[in-house]
Amino acid sequence: MNNKALGTQRVKRGMAEMQKGGVIMDVVNAEEAKIAEAAGAVAVMALERVPADIRADGGVARMADPKIVEEVMQAVSIPVMAKARIGHVVEARILEAMGVDYIDESEVLTPADETFHIAKGDFTVPFVCGARNIGEALRRIGEGASMIRTKGEPGTGNIVEAVRHMRTMQRQIRQIANLSSDELMHQAKEWNAPYELLREVHTHGNLPVVNFAAGGVATPADAALMMHLGADGVFVGSGIFKSEQPEKFARAIVLATTHYQDYGKLVELSKGIGQPMTGIEISQIEPDDRMQERGW
Amino acid sequence: MKIGILALQGAVSEHLTMLNQLDVDPVLVKNESDLTGLNGLIIPGGESTTIARLMHLNQLMEPIKLRAKQGLPMMGTCAGLIILAQHIHEQSDVHLGILNVTVSRNAFGRQRDSFEQLITVKGLEEAFPAVFIRAPLVEDIGEDVEVLATVDHQIVAVKQGQLIGLSFHPELTSDVRFHQLFVENCRSVNKNI
Repeated sequence: MNNKALGTQRVKRGMAEMQKGGVIMDVVNAEEAKIAEAAGAVAVMALERVPADIRADGGVARMADPKIVEEVMQAVSIPVMAKARIGHVVEARILEAMGVDYIDESEVLTPADETFHIAKGDFTVPFVCGARNIGEALRRIGEGASMIRTKGEPGTGNIVEAVRHMRTMQRQIRQIANLSSDELMHQAKEWNAPYELLREVHTHGNLPVVNFAAGGVATPADAALMMHLGADGVFVGSGIFKSEQPEKFARAIVLATTHYQDYGKLVELSKGIGQPMTGIEISQIEPDDRMQERGW
Repeated sequence: MKIGILALQGAVSEHLTMLNQLDVDPVLVKNESDLTGLNGLIIPGGESTTIARLMHLNQLMEPIKLRAKQGLPMMGTCAGLIILAQHIHEQSDVHLGILNVTVSRNAFGRQRDSFEQLITVKGLEEAFPAVFIRAPLVEDIGEDVEVLATVDHQIVAVKQGQLIGLSFHPELTSDVRFHQLFVENCRSVNKNI
């Protein structure tokens, strides 16, 4: 290894580890990206429409116009992520060729493949994927994802689904850690999880990659709640730029993520920051319209 | 001996894992009061703009600067190196500004250019597995700065008195030698404690 080794597992997973304790914000142009960076975001997700608008507009949601992604990349010095459709290998290759720092193979976009996710291990650029439980998380890691996030229910401003997914994953990790080694194969079968990765969770007592919260974070208290539940950091999609005062909101959510156990500080952070985005009650969304059901 | 890790954002738990293998008491530093009684401070990798912003918002910038002037040993890895540096290429504002070097951010390129490489380090017998992630480079050094390692003739590790700055992430490996070096450094400064 006297020569440079690019795109190794350590380099890809390590990139996500550098984002820990931070907030990754959805932005749709250079101006929003600068606001996010100034507020202390650890990265921005460049896209054409935030999830709340994708939900409202309907139709097919695809990878963003490369021009928007390029604009954002030129505007900020923090890492830039972008979304590819589930299974859309070519959208992912286009984003990689542009030099995007992380690809989100995302259920927020309309899936391109109903069966197969992208073989992410083949890429030099790292991937993040959504998951609702440990089996889904380990299948994505098995395909080469270097970072996991809860799916939650994007664009709703309703934290309940992200909470459900994070609690489920944390509980299942504890269950795996407590199994005896001869029970692991059965559990792998029950949860449709790759056996070798399940064994790794059993040995170390945690996921082999960073696990962020996403899908419904709308307030500083929501961000702090997800950290309290064991998230390594937070994605905020519609929550920032659909709020009344994005600058204040962005800064408050960054600070709440750092000081999630300092309730006195959270009081100050939650004061006078204007209205959060309008939320949607999950039961109002038809099961077929729930983004979290996309992928498997 | 108490060694602090600045715990605002970034690879905090990875540094903690390293320090737990050495004979020291690690302290997570989020507020000024956490600095009391420290014998050394690690500034971890992460996003330098985020860490610096949080240092300002938490009134940590001046207290840490003051302690550096009083001789508190510090080690910065990747973003931590940028935060220690006196000059940042093409950027007018600096952060702690205490390490006499000019650094250039994301000097190797974007994430796809991130890499690992075995490097030779002054003071270490065997090569060190260095992990570079959107890493900075040291472009220029002051007279009192010693170069510890280079990659393709470019500087990636420096020491100036009690300060160590690294472009790469020893905390992402299982190789504890840099942390050992730093702790020995802290011990020699604090030999009366």
